Amino acid sequence: MTGTRSTNGRYARRRRVERIMFGATVAATASALGVLLFLLGYLVWQGAGALSLDFFTRLPTPVGEAGGGMANALVGSAKLLLVAAAVGVPIGFLGGVYLAEYEGGPVAFVVRYAADVLNGVPSIVIGITVYGLLVVPLGHFSTLAGGFALGLLMIPVALRTTEEFLRLVPDSLRDASLALGAPHWVTIVRVVIPAGMRGILTGLLLSLARVAGETAPLLFTALSNRFWSPGWLQPTASLPVMIFTYAISPYEDWHRQAWAAALVLLVLVLGANVVARLAFGGRSAAQA
Amino acid sequence: METASSLASDASTSAKILVRDLTVRYGSTLALDRVSLDIGERRVTALIGPSGCGKSTFLRCLNRMNDHIRGVRIEGRVLIDGVSIHDPTVDPVELRRRVGMVFQKSNPFPKSIFDNVAFGPRVHGVRDRVALCEIVERSLRQAALWDEIKDRLDRSALDLSGGQQQRLCIARALAVEPDVLLMDEPASALDPIATAKIEELIHELKTQYTIVIVTHNMQQAARVSDETAYFYLGRLIEVGPTEQIFTNPGRQETEDYVTGRFG
Ligand SMILES: Nc1ncnc2c1ncn2[C@@H]1O[C@H](COP(=O)(O)OP(=O)(O)OP(=O)(O)O)[C@@H](O)[C@H]1O
Ligand SMILES: [Mg+2]
Repeated sequence: MTGTRSTNGRYARRRRVERIMFGATVAATASALGVLLFLLGYLVWQGAGALSLDFFTRLPTPVGEAGGGMANALVGSAKLLLVAAAVGVPIGFLGGVYLAEYEGGPVAFVVRYAADVLNGVPSIVIGITVYGLLVVPLGHFSTLAGGFALGLLMIPVALRTTEEFLRLVPDSLRDASLALGAPHWVTIVRVVIPAGMRGILTGLLLSLARVAGETAPLLFTALSNRFWSPGWLQPTASLPVMIFTYAISPYEDWHRQAWAAALVLLVLVLGANVVARLAFGGRSAAQA
Repeated sequence: METASSLASDASTSAKILVRDLTVRYGSTLALDRVSLDIGERRVTALIGPSGCGKSTFLRCLNRMNDHIRGVRIEGRVLIDGVSIHDPTVDPVELRRRVGMVFQKSNPFPKSIFDNVAFGPRVHGVRDRVALCEIVERSLRQAALWDEIKDRLDRSALDLSGGQQQRLCIARALAVEPDVLLMDEPASALDPIATAKIEELIHELKTQYTIVIVTHNMQQAARVSDETAYFYLGRLIEVGPTEQIFTNPGRQETEDYVTGRFG
């Protein structure tokens, strides 16, 4: 407002820098979004044709016979994720609570560090470990082993997101509860966890969505199956492995089904993200 | 601390809380330096002093909230009803039922108004719905909030105004029926009307509770308290009847502070 030349010059320069920065961020956002839209569009173009009621309700047909579906892979993936959740959610959640609420000391440091290292372990290494741990002793590939591998992969993300969201809960709420004579654990169960619950649920759902598309660790834990897989101790089909085997096959019809499966998988994962955002992502008490 | 111990002898009321040589360190920071103070039963004791002089630290020692801070070291003795609160047989959780606290920044839980007030009683085992309703109504009435919000007990406490939230926090503390109520600048963020309501409330609560209140507002200390203690740099400089502290303090530092000539 003083109108001197130097401040005007600086102002103009700041405006210019600001505009460039703004343009750069918009461009980056647009290309990220563009990749996603391109992916979705391409999958729809390639896969939508093979999507039919049959795809969702029928078993794969023998080689050479047209038609058939991936009902077994859909159910297989669902069962694998159920096992994964049974393994990953309690460990990740409780571990996150431990880190956030009983932090400090060498144990917490080791756990946090281990989670970060585990996060960096290639999924195929998890797969081969579970192969040695479960598949070999049990004598066959199974839903149990595959789900267990996916569960292990979930743990670091589930654990760290739980921890992060609990840390967002203001200490003033913990103080309020403690000052009312609530023991530490009651404070955690009745105040801290409910206040961070939306965020935690979002994190857990996203960690599940993250492993839903894992293929490598399933190749030698759950293997695959052209039929229904009863119970938990049989090899099972799953969407990612089905995509893999169909895509590298020499059959035209299978290629189209692979595309359709990829489309379904992407929609499911995107759907999980959207549900997480809509259902749990609203104003969480933790951010209040 | 001559003045501190002389209060014990001339105060006719029995002391509810006896503090002796209380020293608190946060790591290397000395937050309280050998503070000795008697707090009379069913009296209002105001703690005044410049920012950072250790008022909150002192208050948080009385219900052992400082136990949760890392690197804190506490020496000296605090006796409530003649029992040392640091005795290994004293359960801090049990202690906090008897020594309630209202914080400087209102901190309602992100729950309904009802659930906020019912939180303490529920934690302490009251399950009966009728009993809980009674406690909630009584506590909200005591905190002068009932009439304003009686129709929306199931609404989120976060939707209340700042002053209402602070009174809700007071109601929540009262619902546990403590003997002692610690209030850390309970009116610092409130408008004059809400402040007046809280001061009125303190007057009424005095008949049942022993109250220790931290305040930066000299008029407020003068209006609500029976005794006033002046802290400076972690030391208790002077304590006495409020009247005397404000009109005829024994020490120059106290006079400078209460008359605003401080610093
Ligand atoms: N958690 C903590 N960790 C480290 N030092 C602390 C902590 N809490 C308080 N202190 C220090 O202890 C001293 C006393 O702090 P305290 O909060 O008791 O002051 P106060 O009198 O309540 O101040 P105010 O009027 O600003 O609230 C200050 O020097 C402060 O920096
Ligand atoms: Mg303070």
